[in-house]
Order: sequence, then C-alpha cells, then structure tokens
Amino acid sequence: MMPQFSYWDILRNLIYAGELTVMLSLIAFIGGGIVGMVLLLARVWRPQVFGSVFNIYVQLFQGTPLLMQLFLSYFGLRLFGIEVSVWVSAGLALTLYTSAFLAEIWRGCVASIPKGQWEAGASLALSFGEQMRYVVAPQAMRIAIPPTVGFLVQVIKGTALASVIGFAELTRAGNMIANVTYQPFTVFATVGLLYFCLCYPISLTARYLERKTNAVRR
Amino acid sequence: MPSAAEATAPHKRIVDINALRKSYGDNEVLKGIDLHVRPGEVVAIIGKSGSGKSTLLRCINGLEEFQDGGLVVDGKPLLYDNASAMRALRQSVGMIFQSFNLFPHLSVGRNIMLAPSLVKKRDKTAARVQAEALLERVGLEDKFDAMPEQLSGGQQQRVAIARALAMDPKVLLCDEITSALDPELVGEVLGVVEGLAKEGMTLLMVTHEMRFARKVSDRVVFMHQGRVHEMGPPAELFGNPQTAELRQFLSSLQE
Amino acid sequence: MTVQLDFLAVLHYWPMLLTGVAWTLALTVLAIVVGLALSVTFAWVRVEGPRWAAIPVAAYVELLRNTPFIVQLYFIFFGLPELGLRLSPVLASAIALVLNLGAYSTEIIRAGLSATPKGQTEAALSLALTRYQVFTRVVLPPAMQKVWPSLVSQIIIVMLGSAVCGQIATEELNYAANVISANTFHTFESYIIATVIYLALAILIRRLLNWAGPRLIFGG
Ligand SMILES: Nc1ncnc2c1ncn2[C@@H]1O[C@H](COP(=O)(O)OP(=O)(O)OP(=O)(O)O)[C@@H](O)[C@H]1O
Ligand SMILES: [Mg+2]
Repeated sequence: MMPQFSYWDILRNLIYAGELTVMLSLIAFIGGGIVGMVLLLARVWRPQVFGSVFNIYVQLFQGTPLLMQLFLSYFGLRLFGIEVSVWVSAGLALTLYTSAFLAEIWRGCVASIPKGQWEAGASLALSFGEQMRYVVAPQAMRIAIPPTVGFLVQVIKGTALASVIGFAELTRAGNMIANVTYQPFTVFATVGLLYFCLCYPISLTARYLERKTNAVRR
Repeated sequence: MPSAAEATAPHKRIVDINALRKSYGDNEVLKGIDLHVRPGEVVAIIGKSGSGKSTLLRCINGLEEFQDGGLVVDGKPLLYDNASAMRALRQSVGMIFQSFNLFPHLSVGRNIMLAPSLVKKRDKTAARVQAEALLERVGLEDKFDAMPEQLSGGQQQRVAIARALAMDPKVLLCDEITSALDPELVGEVLGVVEGLAKEGMTLLMVTHEMRFARKVSDRVVFMHQGRVHEMGPPAELFGNPQTAELRQFLSSLQE
Repeated sequence: MTVQLDFLAVLHYWPMLLTGVAWTLALTVLAIVVGLALSVTFAWVRVEGPRWAAIPVAAYVELLRNTPFIVQLYFIFFGLPELGLRLSPVLASAIALVLNLGAYSTEIIRAGLSATPKGQTEAALSLALTRYQVFTRVVLPPAMQKVWPSLVSQIIIVMLGSAVCGQIATEELNYAANVISANTFHTFESYIIATVIYLALAILIRRLLNWAGPRLIFGG
C-alpha cells in the first residue's frame, strides 16, 4: 500500500535537508574565503612568482564544470585510498571552487586601488604587510563586500550539485522525496522555492550594498 | 511691440508657434510663447538659466510634449499620437545638442549615413557621396572612417552638424552647441554655423555667445521666466534694451 | 602505494567523447542564439516596455537567478510530467539552458541599456528614426558592446553548467564520461579527460565569442 504524504511531510523533510545546504554553503564560503585570501596575498606580495600560479588556478576552476570538480574530488580521494565521508569530498571541491572565484573578485578590487596608495604607504616606510593592512585593504574591502556577498548566492546554488555525488542536501532530498511521493512537480517547485527563499534576500542585500558603495564613491 | 517679423503673413512662416504652454507637473516652464520665423531667418534665443530656452527648442521637434497651444513647422502641425506625422516633422527639423550625441559605435561617416539610409531609404553609394560632401563642408573630409572618440569636441560637434544636415532639414535647432567646448574650439564650430546662416538656412539657436548672436542673427529673442520678454533685431536689443530684466541680464554677462 | 592511471583505455572511447562534445556545443549554441534573442527582448521590456509586461519579466529573472540550474532542470524534466508535459532529455535540457542564460543575460543587457545616455535616443529621434530603429541601431549596439565581456563569461558559465544535463541522460560530454567510466571502471581518468575537454571548450568558446562579438553583434 502506498503511504500518503501530506504537503507538510514534504516541506518538513525538505527544510531539514535545507539545513545541510546551509551548512555546506558556509563551509565552502568560509573555507573558500580563507584559501582565496592566501592566494590573493601571495599574488599581491610576489606577483612575479605567484602571478602565473594564481592565474592558472583561477582559470582551472573557472574554466571547468563544478560538477567535474566534485566528481574528481570524490573519485580522486577514493582512488588514492582515502575513504572519506561525502562531506569531505563535497566540502573540498566547493571550497577550492569558491576560493578561485573569491580570489579573482578580490584581486580586481585590490587592483582598482590606485598605485599611488601603495607608493604613499611605501614612502612612509611602511612594510608590505603594513601597506596592505592599513592602506590598501581597508579601501579594497569596501568595494569587495557587495560582490562577495553576491557570490554567496553562487555558492549556495553550487551546493546543489553535491547532490550528484550523494550528499543529502536539499536537491538530493528533493529527488528522494519525489521518488517516494510521486509528486515531482510539487516537490521540485518547493525545492526551488526554498532555494529562492535562501538566495533572494542575499541577492537583495548585495544589490543594496552595491548601490550604497557606489553612492559613497561618487 | 510688433516688429516686421510679426507682421509676416502666415504662409510665409516656416515655424509658427502660438500660445504654447508647457509644464513639468505643477511647474509651468513655458507660459504662452508666440514665435513666428520666416524661411532663412536666423533667430538667437538668449536668457537666464532655467528661463525655458532648451524646453522651447525641444518642443519644436517633439522631444517634449506641450500641453496647450499650437506648433506648425513647414506646414506640418505637431501631432504626438501620430508617429508618422511626428517623423515627417522631424525630417524638416534638425537638432544639434550641447553634448554632441554622436553614436559612439559608428564611424563618423556611418553616423552621417545612418538616418538618410534608414529614413530616406537613400542607397549606400548616394548616402556615402552625400556624407563625404557634408564632411568637406564642415572641414573634416579626412575623418570619414574615424570613430567619434578619436575626435576633439569641436570636430565632434561639426560632425553632428553634418549629420543633421544630411536629412536636408528646413530648420536647424542649436542648443548651446559650443558650451561644452574648450574656448579655442568654439570658433571652428561657430564658423560652420555662420556659413549655414549665410547660405540661407533657417536657424533657431540658444546661445551664450552674445557677440556671435549680434553678428549672425536677424532677430534676438530674450526669454524670461517662460515668456518671450523682449524681441527685436540684435542692434536694437543689445544697444537699447527696453526692460529692466534684459538690462540686468546683459550687464550680468559683462562681469 | 601506487596508483595506476590508464587514460588510453578512456580515449579508446573517443567516438563517444566526440558525440558528447557535439551535444554540449549544440546545446550551447542553441542557448546562445535563443537565449540572447529572448533576453534582448526582455531587457527592452524591462527598460522601455509596458509595466504589465515588465513585472513578470523581472519575476522570471529573479526566480531563475536565485535557484540552482540543476533544480530548474529537474523541475522541467521530472516535475512537468506530473502535469502531463513529458519532454525528452535533450528538449528539457535545451529549454532549461535557454531559460537560464536568458535570465542572466536579460539582467546584463538591461544594465547596458540603462547605461546608454538619453541624449543618444534624443539625437536619433531628432533624425526622424522610428522607435524601433532607435532601439536596434542606436541604443542596443553600444549597450551590447559594453556588456559583451559579461555576456561571454555568462555563456561560458552556462556551457560548463550544461554538464548537469548528463544527469538526466542527455548525451553530452559529462554523460559520455559517465558511460565510459561505467564501461572501463577507469572513473577518475574518464572525468579527468572530460574536465580537460571542458577546459579546452571554455577557452575556445571565449576566444571565438570575443572575436565574433564585434563583427556580428554590434557592427551597427
Ligand atoms: N525633464 C524635466 N523635468 C522637470 N523639470 C524640468 C525638466 N527639464 C527642465 N525642467 C525645468 O524647466 C525649466 C526650464 O528648463 P530649460 O532647460 O528649458 O532652461 P534653459 O533656459 O535651457 O536653461 P539653461 O540655460 O540652464 O540651459 C527649469 O526650471 C528646469 O528645472
Ligand atoms: Mg538649456
């Protein structure tokens, strides 16, 4: 006999899975932020040495499908005999993916700070670290915040692909629930709506922040 | 004070503006303008900032809608809700803007050829021949393939004039066409306009170049708070202003 | 511990990879052509169109931009049959890709259109061009020129995103890699090769579009 599922059952289970989406997004966003920052600092510190490494890294992650990156992380780790949970595979791939995008966004922000600012710092006998920390970073940070917040939306949407390697987040939960309830239309519409509820406020915030920074700079 | 121009018979008028009123919301900007222009006449419009000079010019080719009164150009009345009548009128009225407004993605030559080929369905070679001739007329025969951004402001404005002339307009509207230019570039543009005036083009120009207005125009219109406050031949208007407002305006320019 | 990698075993299936590349490219080209046409129209609606049309377009753009592509695809492929609309994997993929690119590029082109100065429109109107001519000849070309780099990036993102279509058995590149890995058990190698091909496609398409843009789209 087929069990009856109320809409409430569907929604409750999806929301539960949505928590995993949020968690995975945060891991990727924070991890990606840290890795991206290291990459960026290396690049700005010694452009001749790390410039091309940085560019290749960014090109590699921006020029290949996130889905492939997830597969490679999942099967790659296994291939080398490392049996890890899907959290690690998904977290690793999404972190690296996020780091490439954030590093590139931030590189643009740092590059938009006039050279004269670095020079002014240097002429005051500040070290590289001090120039970065006290002169450039505060200015770059202001313009970096809106696109960074905006990218969080891309990260959240990116976590949906982790469903393909078996991570039981929102999209995968949608798949499973659609299979048992035979209500794929309702289920996937709800899944989409839940993503929208997560992402849209962040998009609006990013847009608001962008308008604010533009207004200040003008 | 009726002048000779006011007495012109209606059929001899190329621009006929009667009791024209225009507001932006509650703000009435033109408060009943009467202006009648003969073919070949050169009219300079002067007045303080905000007196409605630009608005008047923009009404004449339908860039602004007015609420009351009549406007006829070359026998064609202005009808906003009739797109083809609107375009027929705009074919007789050219306009040159303070900020040039050349199309940045088209070369100088293509800027000039665009409207004749689209609107007048002129074939490519004819349009090209005409564009080359017009460029020669404004002294830029070697700039046909240049992009607008490669030109100086004065050159851009001369291209804009050539572009307007390519539609064979009966009337040319010029709104402070030298205001965005460096002083040393003003002369070359005014030179072209003066040439047009001599050739008999009907010109309505808003200008802050009083010396130029005096030299070239047949009639000067002084606008004040949305009305034609004083009007007459340049020698009279500049030499013997009748109203306190015009006297004040002219003396403010001297400083 | 040593790991044996055998790429030749995977490359042995080159006809399958080639088919995959062909489908990936076909879907991408379709998305570019239909998606961009759609988004130019929609962007016009958002900037100059009537309000009753601008609001649904804005809703479409926001809805698509704030949900994952894979969910859009699943909704179309798995969800719509519940309403009696059964689509083949290729058709579902094509529709999803077109709608997805359409939403992003509507927003990109809209930004370009609103950046065109009003004086441009006025100059064109005063030259007696029709509203349609003003839009297609004067407002749109420089806007497209301005936003072309962003559009190219978005097209690349959509092309890479199309890998997901393999999950509903559209025979594109990722699907080819899935099948090859199942046949050879060289899973890691299969995905490495697919990834390298995707990277090459991304570079190639970017070059091609950067070259073609100025010539085809905004030549004037
Ligand atoms: N688009 C508009 N919306 C609302 N008010 C406007 C608009 N354009 C002009 N105005 C108002 O209409 C009045 C006349 O403006 P107009 O531009 O015609 O003046 P002007 O004589 O050309 O001045 P200037 O010498 O500064 O160019 C001004 O008070 C202005 O604020
Ligand atoms: Mg003005």
